[in-house]
Amino acid sequence: MRRIVLWLMSTLTVLVLLFGYHTSTSSQPAASAESSAVAPVSSGTGSSSGSASGSTGTSTSTFTGDSASTRWGPVQVEITVAGGTITDVSVVDYPSGNGKDQQINARALPVLVQETLDAQSADIDMVSGATVTSDGYLESLQSALDQAGL
Amino acid sequence: MTAPPTARYVEHVMGMPISLALRGRHTGDATARAAWAATMAALREADRVFSTYREDSAVSRLRRGELGLEDCPAEVAEVLALGETAERDSAGAFSVWLPGPDGRPLLDPSGVVKGWATERAAEHLRALPGTDFCLSAGGDMTCATADPAGRPWRIGVEDPADPRRVLAVLPVYSGAVATSGTAHRGAHLVDARTGRAPDGVASVTVVAGSLTRADIDATAAYAHGAEAAHWLATRPGRSGLVVWADGTTTVVEPVLP
Repeated sequence: MRRIVLWLMSTLTVLVLLFGYHTSTSSQPAASAESSAVAPVSSGTGSSSGSASGSTGTSTSTFTGDSASTRWGPVQVEITVAGGTITDVSVVDYPSGNGKDQQINARALPVLVQETLDAQSADIDMVSGATVTSDGYLESLQSALDQAGL
Repeated sequence: MTAPPTARYVEHVMGMPISLALRGRHTGDATARAAWAATMAALREADRVFSTYREDSAVSRLRRGELGLEDCPAEVAEVLALGETAERDSAGAFSVWLPGPDGRPLLDPSGVVKGWATERAAEHLRALPGTDFCLSAGGDMTCATADPAGRPWRIGVEDPADPRRVLAVLPVYSGAVATSGTAHRGAHLVDARTGRAPDGVASVTVVAGSLTRADIDATAAYAHGAEAAHWLATRPGRSGLVVWADGTTTVVEPVLP
């Protein structure tokens, strides 16, 4: 279990680094942001660097990574694991507050799901896709979501 | 993390479904319903002015030479100016002048109007205090979250090979998401330089601060075909996802201004 958690945390770090990538190419001092982003793994303790809820590796568990400091503020990532596979990744904490941060919020990065999912298992609010016409609406995924909420 | 209840509304205008999700203080009360009615009224008004399917729209009359630009509502000049900027920024791949049936350029501002009109109509939702909204026009949406510490809207990106499934999720607090592709309507998107459908790309999803920008850039990136991801990466403040014709994907990270 500890090894799995360690691996998961390194996955989190990669994601956080992905988010914070541009700090390393900016003129701002980037070292502090980057080193704190790496912290979850360099601590070497795996499970102690994040919080986990859920139980064994075969059931569904949710792991929340440590909050990483970026140039714009804290970023925190949460992943859901079922049967040893990541089934969902979500960013639970984004920088917020000033106008710059709001801009960053608008620049959410797409997170690819492990396999394509149906709307229910992906837990989504809306669907972005090629333009759906009124004629094709009833067969669309968005229509299913709308009906579920009506 | 229990999801707060989400109220949903659907109506049709411009031949496409408009879906609204609301959560927070005003979801189903008279204030919320009035904001939704005002949003739909704004979209219907945009349709009356810009539709290329309505013979009596200002744009149809402009096309036939019955009206000059100065005779049209001021919004028409505003939209054409957005189109000109987009044409310049995309080196001509995007244009509101598309090759007509006789090969001569024909004014078709549809590529600008949808995002622009939806973003503008959303003003009525933005005015709802303490309320999150996500307004989608046929698959392109603008969203806002009132509480920055609240939950983001989770936007699924449709799999162009199977529109019943999603292949990515975008957490969006305040911002817009637009996707261009041909999954539902066939090859109606063209490279304005050639008048032909671009090769190699199945869909382009763009995240930007406003739907006006996201929609234009999604269409322009798509028109670039195999160069879609390269072109999108040059656009300040945009991020997105390109799905290629072979099913592979490229995530485009934002460039800081």
